[in-house]
Amino acid sequence: MENAKGKVFKYGDNVDTDVIIPARYLNSSDPSDLATHCMEDIDKTFVERVSKGDIIVATKNFGCGSSREHAPIAIKAAGVSCVIAETFARIFYRNSINIGLPIIECAEAAAAIGDGDEVSVDFDSGIITDITTGQTFKGQAFPPFMQNIINAGGLVNYVNDKA
Amino acid sequence: MGMTMTQKILAAHAHLASVAAGDLIEADLDLVLGNDITSPVAIKEMDKMKVDGVFDKDKIALVPDHFVPNKDIKSAEHCKCVREFAIKNDITNYFEVGEMGIEHALLPEKGLTVAGDVIIGADSHTCTYGALGAFSTGVGSTDMAAGMATGKAWFKVPGAIRFNITGKKAPYVSGKDVILHIIGMIGVDGALYKSMEFTGDGISDLTMDDRFTIANMAIEAGGKNGIFPVDDLALEYIREHSSRTPVVYEADPDAVYDEEYTIDLSKLRPTVAFPHLPENTRTINEVGDVKIDQVVIGSCTNGRMDDMRIAAGILKGRKVAKGVRCIVIPATQQIYLDCIKEGLLTIFVEAGAVVSTPTCGPCLGGYMGVMAAGERCVSTTNRNFVGRMGHVDSEVYLASPAVAAASAVTGRISSPEYI
Repeated sequence: MENAKGKVFKYGDNVDTDVIIPARYLNSSDPSDLATHCMEDIDKTFVERVSKGDIIVATKNFGCGSSREHAPIAIKAAGVSCVIAETFARIFYRNSINIGLPIIECAEAAAAIGDGDEVSVDFDSGIITDITTGQTFKGQAFPPFMQNIINAGGLVNYVNDKA
Repeated sequence: MGMTMTQKILAAHAHLASVAAGDLIEADLDLVLGNDITSPVAIKEMDKMKVDGVFDKDKIALVPDHFVPNKDIKSAEHCKCVREFAIKNDITNYFEVGEMGIEHALLPEKGLTVAGDVIIGADSHTCTYGALGAFSTGVGSTDMAAGMATGKAWFKVPGAIRFNITGKKAPYVSGKDVILHIIGMIGVDGALYKSMEFTGDGISDLTMDDRFTIANMAIEAGGKNGIFPVDDLALEYIREHSSRTPVVYEADPDAVYDEEYTIDLSKLRPTVAFPHLPENTRTINEVGDVKIDQVVIGSCTNGRMDDMRIAAGILKGRKVAKGVRCIVIPATQQIYLDCIKEGLLTIFVEAGAVVSTPTCGPCLGGYMGVMAAGERCVSTTNRNFVGRMGHVDSEVYLASPAVAAASAVTGRISSPEYI
């Protein structure tokens, strides 16, 4: 997997799928449409400020609420290279793996990293580095089964490889 | 080591003698569900898979229910995509407008979900069918696509929290108050990745509609699923609605639970979740003076017959307060018809409420009850996140049909006991 490096957008607990991509935009399933409304109800200027490679950091239960895959699709299509959180809601976690949005659980990183920090993530080792502060953290690596899905490029390719 | 009820169902569907929390397994699916928001994405993903078609045309349910009757051109395109896929694949359980209902009320009513099943649905409230003793859980569109193609899904076997239900409910307390109380107690991530297993003598005091409401909101505590033991009432429900044979699993006596709680139903009071999280609960006596603009009675959480009867019992002979919009949404065509036969629609309309065809519309701020800035709604739905029902500066208060109906009459969040 390619490593991630970018500027951090920091949020708190329970960032739900309604604020990641409000339902009023779910009449579209086009990733580029969805990206233009990403995080709109929690951070109105996110879309203007985000650049390719940037990283979202949040604390507990990121992605709670609806099963809409549109949420990780919107984040990925907005250019975000990785989401770091203390914990993820389980459907969001599955969806991210299935569509190939890198996510990593790390309570220490989620607590310490600040908004606007420059951060890099090495997915093979699970090492998260806050370049701004010089701190490093060890995130939880994916179990081998999930690694296989990610290495295959998502669930679609995984199913095709087995066929 | 003993297994929980959920673990037993998963083990059987993975063809394993036993499983333990944390095991990664691949399980056979009895039903794969999608709606008009999630299915188009799944259909697009399935097109990329090297498969000839769906694994079993009888084990897929497609229910356009979120933005139907089509709210705009884009929604119409989504529904058209689902309809064409259903026709092309000869899907048995595709429900067009006129026969559709809100998916989680519709599928049990149609007999498509029975005890012992493993069910995935591309809708987070798929956990509802745990009320019938099935393992059912919400997934995303890509999982739905793989499920439709292969008839299998991967799962990490969940640990469990046991909720021992005792006692009998006080008047005007229902399943909604039970689950709001639990979410208030353990928080919106209190059951993250886990199954919520309900047991105890008190379950006999819960109607099937109470149980559907409780299992429905397991996801609001972060749960993977919620599940009830299969008692005579559940078996009777399944017999009345389904020609399929239920398979009854029971937890082993030595099953391991990460946490255990006891809920005494007799101590529960009508409960309201304040904005903007379902865990921000207060009992009705702690609510204070909250003026409202709108009431919604319906949804996959509370749009069933019990809910309609409770709301009608309170609205009968009364009027919705001036300045309040009250929207009632029977969850399926059958419930709608039963409301007509029992005279409930007359009661709602005479009270000044509007009655809608089945739709998820207002629950997720889609249409049919979207709120402006500064407005407040008492809603029997399941989420009160920022912007959930419209403007980011609007507010949703989650409550039971009894509290919602009483509040419609007074124009303030009110106890049904005092109107």
